[in-house]
Amino acid sequence: MKKNDIILILIILVISGAGLFVLHATKSSGSFVKITVDGNVVATYDLSVNQTYELEGYEGGYNILVIENGEAYFREADCPDLVCVKSGKIHKVGETIVCLPHRVVAEIVNEGEDAEVDTVSQ
Amino acid sequence: MYGLLIALAFVLSYLESLIPVFIAVPGVKLGLTNLVVLIAFVRLGKKDAFIINVIRILLVGFTFGNTYSLLYSLAGGILSYLAMLLLWKRKSFSLLGVSVAGGVCHNIGQILVAMTVLETGALIYYLPILMISGTIAGILVGILCKEVIKRLPRNLDS
Repeated sequence: MKKNDIILILIILVISGAGLFVLHATKSSGSFVKITVDGNVVATYDLSVNQTYELEGYEGGYNILVIENGEAYFREADCPDLVCVKSGKIHKVGETIVCLPHRVVAEIVNEGEDAEVDTVSQ
Repeated sequence: MYGLLIALAFVLSYLESLIPVFIAVPGVKLGLTNLVVLIAFVRLGKKDAFIINVIRILLVGFTFGNTYSLLYSLAGGILSYLAMLLLWKRKSFSLLGVSVAGGVCHNIGQILVAMTVLETGALIYYLPILMISGTIAGILVGILCKEVIKRLPRNLDS
């Protein structure tokens, strides 16, 4: 191990630590969950309404989305890895749950936020 | 040596898929196959390391994955190769540093492709966690690589 290795590791950790802090500090609770499949917005659900929805993935498959007490999570899916189910509950603006096999993304958004804002932030 | 390394990468990929992932963030993994690329860097040179890297990604992608997982791996693999090449050429980093740079850039590459494919900028939230996990994985693989190279017989190169 050389001195440069340690410097490199420290720099990476500082950058990601700062990133983590900034991203968390700027989050606030959202009021809607936006569902996109293969990049297209298919639905926006109100987080204040407790409800269960069945989403259809790209080229088939399903994900069961549950909204409960202002939080959203995937209860069930027929994708191979089930990362979306393991991801847990989300409620802060910008938080996402991704199901890569079905190309389904659930993202928490605010009322005033529209599709244009997202395009710019990309 | 070539065939041996590619076969080794193939086996390591399979081995890694058997290890259960406890953290619910997509993309967190050890990256054991990077071991093979690092060995190729040391024993064969940068050009051979690149060829081995691409061949093992294609081979593993076609066997275990689909078109999209192949795309993610390819983006991660190539970005990580470029980062490792940069540090390797500068000679002022040990294998550990090279491995860490590879691990982190692999994850950055994958996130960039995922952001493009899914058209979601919000995936940036995963980046800090994936950078940290890439660093830890890089350190482990780097240590492992040093030990393996110490024990690898010289005459394998011929």
